[in-house]
Amino acid sequence: MSAPAIDPVRTPVPKPAARSAEARRTTPTRFDTALGWSDRPGPGLALRILLCVIALAVFAAPFLTIVSGALSTKPSGSSLSFLPHHPTLQNIRVAGQQGIWDYFTNSLVIAGGALLLQLVVSVLAAYALARHRFRGQALILTLFMLTMMLPEEVIAIPLSLVLGHVPVLGIDLKGTVWGVILPLGAWGFSIMLLTEFMKDIPVEIEEAARIDGVGEFRLLWQVVLPLCRPALGVAGVLGFIMIWDQYLLPLIAANDPTDYTVTVALSILRSDPQVGSGVVLAGAVMALVPSLVVYLLLQRSLVTGIAAGATKG
Amino acid sequence: MTATVTAPQRRRGIGRKTVLPWLFIAPGLLLALVFKFWPMAKGIWLSFFKVRPFLGDKWIGLDNYRRVLTDHRFREAVDHTLVLGIGISLGAILVGFLLALLLEGQARSLKLVRTAVFLPVVTATAVVGEMWRLLYYPTSDGLINHALGFLGLGPVPFLDDPGTALWSTMAMGIWMGAPYNMVIILAGLAGVDRSLYEAAAMDGVSLWQRLRHITLPAIRPAVGIVLTLAAIRGLRVFTEVYVLTDGGPAGSTDVWMTRAYTLGFTRNDIGGASAASVVLLCVTLLLTVTVNYFRKRGDVR
Repeated sequence: MSAPAIDPVRTPVPKPAARSAEARRTTPTRFDTALGWSDRPGPGLALRILLCVIALAVFAAPFLTIVSGALSTKPSGSSLSFLPHHPTLQNIRVAGQQGIWDYFTNSLVIAGGALLLQLVVSVLAAYALARHRFRGQALILTLFMLTMMLPEEVIAIPLSLVLGHVPVLGIDLKGTVWGVILPLGAWGFSIMLLTEFMKDIPVEIEEAARIDGVGEFRLLWQVVLPLCRPALGVAGVLGFIMIWDQYLLPLIAANDPTDYTVTVALSILRSDPQVGSGVVLAGAVMALVPSLVVYLLLQRSLVTGIAAGATKG
Repeated sequence: MTATVTAPQRRRGIGRKTVLPWLFIAPGLLLALVFKFWPMAKGIWLSFFKVRPFLGDKWIGLDNYRRVLTDHRFREAVDHTLVLGIGISLGAILVGFLLALLLEGQARSLKLVRTAVFLPVVTATAVVGEMWRLLYYPTSDGLINHALGFLGLGPVPFLDDPGTALWSTMAMGIWMGAPYNMVIILAGLAGVDRSLYEAAAMDGVSLWQRLRHITLPAIRPAVGIVLTLAAIRGLRVFTEVYVLTDGGPAGSTDVWMTRAYTLGFTRNDIGGASAASVVLLCVTLLLTVTVNYFRKRGDVR
């Protein structure tokens, strides 16, 4: 008797998109959230605000401490706080003397190149997978899926050998940005994401273009690609974050520390006893800013991308 | 008249139709073959050899595997990998679920809080490691220890004590993973039929029962996906540990991959490290296939 007289498993669940459209139409009620939060002032609202403040303190405040630490003269221990005591750019200057700008440039070149390559490769592969029927298609699909299941860590050791002597070509990619860029080119996730999206583009648009005598490459470039813009945004943000997060690959692809990216270079700054923690934090802030900018600019597509990626598996 | 125009075009079209898709596939396929599958094959191959630079490799069969699987440091690493993987996965889902329940809603202020809470996910792991190293500063000067001081608790040597280092690493992992899970669970929560809540409220159902019988069943698919991804990721945890503790102190946070990395790059035992990687690869693939099998069966049902 105490159990609710409904069967939630059998009840059809509306699609999230339909639900949010409906939610925008109707006025909010306390049934809009699972916990039934209310907008009206009261103990419930006070509790929610308190919990939000705690969540912010735990998940966001540490970022303020590293920014303030990077701007403080001598940050150590308790002098780390949310606001710098004597704001100074000294740490960034010292980090610059340690070559942080060179590492930063390495990072930008690698991120830009790898993202461009990744998007081009994914768009081409996705177009063929979504729009053409050919023999061996299932095999190709499985191979691309496998690239997702094949973690960088597992192939790190043989990959470092391959980078030193690429099969067939016999060239040495170690110490060049290509050693990091090329292995990041084929990313199963963005190929899958774009393939799923392109499958939903109406065939009629394409057929109309074909009848007009548009070639295959122009069709992809001028007709399909503009329609894919939302999916490209998602693939771009997730791809950038994935590339910027790379640690092991730049480490094994480097010949010596001057080839490191800014994220890997933090460990050099840290292990130098001459360098204070403020300088390490200055480097950390520099490694943080680009992903932060990309996230804030495109956070909406990132969130939809995570949801789409999760449901597509 | 139209027939004479289209016929030759179509004939040429058939020839192009078989080549064209492969032209589009080629760049991705080539990169995947050279930088993913060739290294994988090479790793499997090398795992059967004693790799000796300049002297030539010597076939030793399964010796590398025997050595790796019986090595006590690798056995300890298995324990740590399991503890970290399971702890981070479950912890991040629990915290992510609580965050989702707290931050569900359409209000602008909530969106702002969600944006801020999501920051750990977009931050590079190496940066997070540097940040937490300072938060975990072992004397009472450290930020977390400073806060503990207010509560009257003594300074905890988070990363410097073998007894606490693994738990400290786990806490950082949960912190990094929870907001990601929050987003997936929020998407699941958005799909719950609101009339169910209304009906439940009319029946006078308690909040706990509502969560248990309406919310949880609705987000079960989302949680299933999150759990799968987390379990597979947990097995190959590397950067988090490498950046934060590098396996120390005294090997108390050594995981399977940091062990293999040390073996391969510091000790130059390429054969042993390859064998360790192949073991991990097999476990990962086995886990993925099993999970996919059960998920497909679940879908059919």
